[in-house]
Amino acid sequence: MLTIKNLQAKVGEKQILNGIDLNVKAGEVHAIMGPNGSGKSTLASVLSGREEYEVTGGEVEFLGKNLLELEPEDRAREGIFMAFQYPIEIPGVSTINFMKTALNEIREYRGLQALDAVSFLQLMKEKMKLVEIDQSLLSRSLNEGFSGGEKKRNEIFQMAMLEPKLSILDETDSGLDIDALRIVANGVNKLRNKNNATIIVTHYQRLLDYIVPDYVHVLYKGKIVKSGGKELALELEAKGYDWIKNEVAVA
Amino acid sequence: MSKGNQVLEEITSKEYEHGWTVDLETDEAPKGLDENTVRFISAKKGEPEWLLEWRLKAFRLWQKMEEPKWPNVHYPPINYQDIIYYSAPKKKATLDSLDQVDPELVKTFEKLGISITEQKRLTGVAVDAVIDSVSVATTFKEKLGELGIIFCSFSEAVKEHPELIKKYLGSVVPMNDNYFAALNAAVFSDGSFCYIPKGVRCPMELSTYFRINAANTGQFERTLIVADEGAYVSYLEGCTAPMRDENQLHAAVVELYTMKDAEIKYSTVQNWYPGDKNGKGGIYNFVTKRGLCFGNHSKISWTQVETGSAITWKYPSCVLKGDYSVGEFYSVAVTNNHQQADTGTKMIHIGKNTRSRIVSKGISAGKSQNSYRGQVHVMKRASNARNHSQCDSLLMGDQCGAHTFPYIDVENNSARIEHEATTSKIGEDQIFYCLQRGIDEEAAVALIVNGYAKEVFNQLPMEFAVEAQKLLALTLEGSVG
Amino acid sequence: MSTTVTRDIKNEIAEAFHQSKFDVANDHRKSAFAFFEKTGLPGTKQEEYRFTPITKNLEKNFNWDIKATTSSINTIDEFLIPNLDANILVFVNGNYSASLSKIISPDTEVKIKTLSEAFKSDSATIAIYLDKVLTPESDPFAAMNAAFWQNGLFIHVPENTNVSKPIFILHFNDAGENQVISQTKILGILEKGSQLSVVEKFDSVGSNPVFHNFSEEWIVKEKSHLEYCKVQNDVGKSYQVANTIIHQSDNSLLNTFTLTLNGQWVRNNLSIIIDGEHCESHFYGLYLVNGNTLADNHTVVDHQKPNSFSNEIYKGIMDGNSKGVFNGKIFVRPHAQKTNAFQSNRNILVSETSTVNTKPQLEIWADDVKCSHGCTSGQLDEEALFYLRSRGISATLAKAMLLYAFASEVLAPIQNETLKSYLDILIAERLHNNF
Repeated sequence: MLTIKNLQAKVGEKQILNGIDLNVKAGEVHAIMGPNGSGKSTLASVLSGREEYEVTGGEVEFLGKNLLELEPEDRAREGIFMAFQYPIEIPGVSTINFMKTALNEIREYRGLQALDAVSFLQLMKEKMKLVEIDQSLLSRSLNEGFSGGEKKRNEIFQMAMLEPKLSILDETDSGLDIDALRIVANGVNKLRNKNNATIIVTHYQRLLDYIVPDYVHVLYKGKIVKSGGKELALELEAKGYDWIKNEVAVA
Repeated sequence: MSKGNQVLEEITSKEYEHGWTVDLETDEAPKGLDENTVRFISAKKGEPEWLLEWRLKAFRLWQKMEEPKWPNVHYPPINYQDIIYYSAPKKKATLDSLDQVDPELVKTFEKLGISITEQKRLTGVAVDAVIDSVSVATTFKEKLGELGIIFCSFSEAVKEHPELIKKYLGSVVPMNDNYFAALNAAVFSDGSFCYIPKGVRCPMELSTYFRINAANTGQFERTLIVADEGAYVSYLEGCTAPMRDENQLHAAVVELYTMKDAEIKYSTVQNWYPGDKNGKGGIYNFVTKRGLCFGNHSKISWTQVETGSAITWKYPSCVLKGDYSVGEFYSVAVTNNHQQADTGTKMIHIGKNTRSRIVSKGISAGKSQNSYRGQVHVMKRASNARNHSQCDSLLMGDQCGAHTFPYIDVENNSARIEHEATTSKIGEDQIFYCLQRGIDEEAAVALIVNGYAKEVFNQLPMEFAVEAQKLLALTLEGSVG
Repeated sequence: MSTTVTRDIKNEIAEAFHQSKFDVANDHRKSAFAFFEKTGLPGTKQEEYRFTPITKNLEKNFNWDIKATTSSINTIDEFLIPNLDANILVFVNGNYSASLSKIISPDTEVKIKTLSEAFKSDSATIAIYLDKVLTPESDPFAAMNAAFWQNGLFIHVPENTNVSKPIFILHFNDAGENQVISQTKILGILEKGSQLSVVEKFDSVGSNPVFHNFSEEWIVKEKSHLEYCKVQNDVGKSYQVANTIIHQSDNSLLNTFTLTLNGQWVRNNLSIIIDGEHCESHFYGLYLVNGNTLADNHTVVDHQKPNSFSNEIYKGIMDGNSKGVFNGKIFVRPHAQKTNAFQSNRNILVSETSTVNTKPQLEIWADDVKCSHGCTSGQLDEEALFYLRSRGISATLAKAMLLYAFASEVLAPIQNETLKSYLDILIAERLHNNF
């Protein structure tokens, strides 16, 4: 589904990604871990198409298309969903109207008819239940005045609504208490199926107790320095990132 | 009368600390102003012909100009023929060493708490002392000279460095910029000149201390500071004047010029005599201060603590011409009794990616009127310009006024400009909180006001910050109603 | 300074005045005109008209050989607000059109008359109020209007009366054949404990220049409630100066909303005199302009008594070569203690050639007050744009959505749902079509 080859990127004058290779197939969950400043969030941002990040080399292919050539909205329409680390507050834009607009833009791109108000509301109710989010939250302006947990839950709700093929969860666990973490993780697990894939970007092992990955990759200094199964996350948790740093230094 | 009012009464009746005079023999121009006065001043200073011509040109322009009426201040018309435009302590000949300074003068400055005898080298401040119209002493000259830094009186600079004066005089504040700038250009008597060469960080604070001593005189000094590429200097200016019943005019001009990567930090603690508590006497402080960030990545920062003067009319400004240049303005203006202040800044964004920041804290007490007037102008070319302005006013008592006049003119759509202003009084709950902790009301007010002005004080060099805090406390202790 | 000889427009106006044959209020007019002659038209050097080169424009575009201009219009349906069940009052080129107007509220609820009629029937009331709050001295155009007004309205709500139907006033100018200079005037009085909703709409057709000089005074007495909404949607070469002044007494409530969408230029002087305690005033405005439109809003909130609250939010979106000007003054007079006054002016410059000049202004002479203002100028938040796009919404649509979100906040004080949804749609359509 997603093939990343030797991806390099910089922000301003600072080179951050130094050649990433990654293969994600349908039905898989990949966890990208790494110490602060290793380039995890940059990778997520580059995939979602943030303009501040300049790709200086490499390729990214998503479902047979050159992802790097697409505008952010077209990436979303192709099926990429980014759950933001810090979802922005947008006063004056109601979550419902926002979601309806987004869903219908994506449907139009895929040659589907726009959903009418009734079917939209029906779909929304169904997904609300799935991710345990309250109606009152959705009738407010987008993320405005939401707590950290509410914002993250709203991200997962949007993910449920848009049914992406590839979801990228950028530090979704940050700032969540244990109950919120469980709810968010449950939502993600319910949305998993053999046709979609998930990339989880995280610093801690914690989230991976709830969303069990098929593969774990360790990012350090803009490169994947180690890959393995879910046990790699546990090993990291036990030994800390210094273990990886030392290993890299020795090599 | 509440306790607060009593304290206010006590404090406001406190006398101006620097109100004494000294008997210095002076050499004065006759009262009044015409071309002969200008020639007289120029001749007294032994100036070259070009400078006399420059002055005369300014004088002729001034004659055609009108005194500005737009500031939010009121005063009886000034009789420009009733002022002495030149007054100099007589004994000042050319000084080979500071030992030759008139002992009366040394005492004068010691009374002000400024040593010009270089004994207190530890203070790390080089001082140029200007009394009435002329510079009387400049300290640490040699030490600065080793680094190529020129720091001397304006008159000396005219003689020693005419090429620099010719190049930069009037380059930031043109002679016809405004009424008072034109007047200054015609009759300026002395002032300080400072040049920091390429790549030099001035190792000590440079300072000018201004004092008006003689009666019926106006003071018209000019300061010019040029920071060449990559240079840095921090400059301090202080001022006091004796208590006199008549108003005295102070019309100064300060020009700052920064080249690429250079930075000038200019701090003022202005404590001219504000007049007595009935509004009699005091200095009319009509000053033009402007800095030009000429080079890319250059920076000019103005910090002012204004506690004195009967009337203040002053807008230290930054012209941000170089790309990525930065302008800052930090101000605390306190008015009490019948004082009137109309002060603020202009930030003119010309270059790309220029940034400016304005922090203005006004405090009005008694029957005073305190106005902030500022402009942020983003010109067409100034892509990505940024400005943030915060203008707060604190009112103490119900007979004073606080006014805010910000002008924001944006001609480039990528600019991001934010302006906020608030007006309020000291919260009773804040005072109560302090009282409950055993702090008396007077101390509580001082504490709260200092906290309110802290952002500005933080910009001042240490010695100045202490002086400024003391001044503030002195003007305002207990002014809560 | 320009040395070109300009027309002596003041003289031309004087000429026009002396040749006019007004049938009412001649003495009244003469004293106003005397004042106008003294001050003349404002130049750009004048602080209040610094960014509005009004005199120059009048010189360039109008001749003052004023003739009654006619219009062949016979339906105004397209300028009405759909489904708004209201009293409809129509002015065509400054003259009241009885045939296009329709008064549905009973006389006991609200007295609505033309100003000329009222000069005869309600002369005592007129003498007390007309031009008393908005004096000829306050603005040169107010003086001009007081001298020249063609016709206007007198609206009088008796004590303790809730006017159940809104009053919709259409100022329509037809410049299809000739230039139009129209000068209209409104005096409205809400007696104690009454309630009224007023909607004013300004529309025009034709390609010749229109100058509309409009003055109005609203007296809102104790415990009264006025909702006031103004929609300026003139086309073409339309120049408008609107002087609106609202005088509030104790415990009164005011909601105003001013929407400026079109016109060559529009100058609004909106002043609220809070001459009472425990008053509440909300005034909101939106200028949503493009092309070469100049939208200039000068507002004054004058707190003269203690214990009142005012809240002002004006927002601007400028596209094309348009220019937004905002000047908001808050005065808190001595002894107006416990005043709370807030003001906010936020602007978005959409195009590279649009500009904004804003000057919020506080003048405070009382200490126990809470006053603040804030203003901003910038573009849309890049982060917010990205967020919307990352959910599959196109850049253009995302921009329109964010602009709409920015703009629609100012509709908050409008109570009438029909009116609110009409304005909502007007704004949304404008943003989706034109930006």
